[in-house]
Amino acid sequence: MRQETLKRPRVGLFVTCLVDLFRPTVGFASVKLLEEAGCEVEVPMAQTCCGQPAYNSGDREDAIAIARNTIETFEEFDYIVAPSGSCAGMLKKHYPTLFKGDPWEERAAAFSAKVHELMSFLVDVMGMEAVSAAHEGSVTYHDSCSGLRELNIREQPRRLLGSVSGLKLKELKDADVCCGFGGTFCVKYPDISNKIVEEKAVNIKASGAETLLAGDLGCLMNMAGKLQRQGADIKVRHVAEVLAGMDDGPAIGGGGR
Amino acid sequence: MQITSPAFKANARGALADPHLQEALGHVRSGFIDKRQKAVDALPEFDALRDSARAIKDHTLAHLDLYLEAYEEKVKAAGGRVHWAETAADARSLILDICRAAGARTVTKGKSMITEEIGLNEFLEKEGIRPVETDLGEYIIQLRGEHPSHIIAPAVHLTKNQVEADFRRAHHHLPPTRDLSEPASLLSEAREVLRAEYFAADVGITGANFLVAETGSSVIVTNEGNGDLTQILPRVHIVVASIEKIVPTLADTSQILRVLARSATGQDMSVYTTVSTGPRRAEDPDGPEEYHVVLLDNGRSSMLGTEFQDMLRCIRCGACMNHCPVYHAVGGHAYGWVYPGPMGAVLTPSLIGVDKSGHLPNASTFCGRCEAVCPMHIPLPKMMRHWREREFARGLNPAAQRYGLKAWAFFARRPRLYHLAASFAIPALSAFGGAQRRFRYLPFAGGWTKHRDLPAPESRTFLQQWRDREAGKQEART
Ligand code: SF4
Repeated sequence: MRQETLKRPRVGLFVTCLVDLFRPTVGFASVKLLEEAGCEVEVPMAQTCCGQPAYNSGDREDAIAIARNTIETFEEFDYIVAPSGSCAGMLKKHYPTLFKGDPWEERAAAFSAKVHELMSFLVDVMGMEAVSAAHEGSVTYHDSCSGLRELNIREQPRRLLGSVSGLKLKELKDADVCCGFGGTFCVKYPDISNKIVEEKAVNIKASGAETLLAGDLGCLMNMAGKLQRQGADIKVRHVAEVLAGMDDGPAIGGGGR
Repeated sequence: MQITSPAFKANARGALADPHLQEALGHVRSGFIDKRQKAVDALPEFDALRDSARAIKDHTLAHLDLYLEAYEEKVKAAGGRVHWAETAADARSLILDICRAAGARTVTKGKSMITEEIGLNEFLEKEGIRPVETDLGEYIIQLRGEHPSHIIAPAVHLTKNQVEADFRRAHHHLPPTRDLSEPASLLSEAREVLRAEYFAADVGITGANFLVAETGSSVIVTNEGNGDLTQILPRVHIVVASIEKIVPTLADTSQILRVLARSATGQDMSVYTTVSTGPRRAEDPDGPEEYHVVLLDNGRSSMLGTEFQDMLRCIRCGACMNHCPVYHAVGGHAYGWVYPGPMGAVLTPSLIGVDKSGHLPNASTFCGRCEAVCPMHIPLPKMMRHWREREFARGLNPAAQRYGLKAWAFFARRPRLYHLAASFAIPALSAFGGAQRRFRYLPFAGGWTKHRDLPAPESRTFLQQWRDREAGKQEART
């Protein structure tokens, strides 16, 4: 066998600001999964946020400055992986548009080509078919918008969840409909956001699952916060926590009652 | 029409608290989406058709002046007249002149969003001319003195019971026993009343789904056939259409028609597709004596060559609003002007100014479902973001938002400082969350905690923990 094929790919983990601040478990779960898939994982300290709050608020200047820092920090890796469809989508699909016609255009394109969301990286790039985790109980899965529509993430998490022993997947009605988070949307238009997440909560409860999973922490915090405000006895976790077998700690927001 | 877009938030609150509206919106959430999906699934070449529909419009927009001139020539050759209107006011006065010359007292109207855009009904009424809407949905909202809340289903914000009550109120001649519980019975009731109006009308006004450069024809699609009667029976037919309705050929028209109805209502084709070319010819059994086209610009030509040009591909199918979670939550009136939903969020700022309609492109979660279903591949979220950029550049968004964003960006641009701040704040916040691990209320997070709990941070930040872990490993090695 040739030397290169034996070499473990070097992956830079873009942990995302929400995971860094609110849910480190997702970061550790991601590292574990990536290592199981045969990667060498590094976590550069110079990362902050992907820049979406600025980009989606029309503040291009700050978005570009943040993007430059991310690119500089991560371009040395073979792959850049993020446990979030929304942040990975920003890095992969939107960074190139930020630098259109700029001297950084090619650099941004080269960087973006190496970016993947965690689930799709594990399945589509590393060819992972099963995980070694176990989870007794039923889960339902919400498809977060950016991952689904920008990065075509749908089957990958379901395939891996199917390999978790003891886990029963109960499909969620309207799983592809937005949960109402939308980044700054949920605080700029709280009443509308609330109406949307209320609809989502109805479907989550109707699924009958004990645990709700998704691949984006923003959406998860939104749905967890709503379910808990309603007193619903449903745990909420990032899908990576279950796949990595790191789901014995408290769920998001304490979860359950 | 009065613009209430600046009051979007208050409009939305009112909409959320309106039980009738919420009941009616429930039907949007289910009906349209399933029907479209079935129609799309049944046509394997649907995506290829979308691509070619986009290509047709892109080509047309790139040569718009050429096709408009060619179109005008053909209309003239067929015996019709084209009137160019730069603004809504121009269009109104052109239409009034034609109505006056025809001695019109009553005009019948086919469903047309453009006449909403120029506020034609109110204007004609003030001038002593009575407009009569002939599309069932438009007829209902005219009875109520309202405006459409959806571009293809103008009365979608109403429940059946509300409509029945309106009919009983307005149609005094109805016996109370008459059944009006089904759309079909409402339709036949409206038809009876409208029949007399069709014959009384001196002028019929319709919009156009397409204007065909090759033939000088206007094309309308309807499900009730009311448009046909509106344009055939009166002596004068006025087509009011905006400049981007133009397509080069009839073949192009039929290509785009294949995605239009499927995206709109899930039908393969609308029930009636009517092509009119000029006034009645000697050998025609019927048709108007005069055929006028009022071609409206109203700000559209200034979208050409900008990041908003793609919006001019829109064929007004309504799929974007049918799939929009924000539209589902608040309905169309909350948007505060003619065009609601994602297409309105992009188009409205172009037409009335982003200073008045800044909420519209902001009130989106960027879920991307609108773009995913748009038959013309219009990148709606991207263009909403462009509006946000223009707003931000002009300093139009609220000061608190700007300062908050700038303060956050200051840290996000400086990783060391950012992590230093986070390493103090996050563990404190985590401890503050207590055994509950969440907050029911948090100062400065009221927008969040008003409706939901805020999960507390787990512990120290991931990067803090990671650094310690790596340092530990390093130590173990040495
Ligand atoms: S933007 Fe697209 S989906 Fe929306 S009305 Fe126009 S063509 Fe239809």
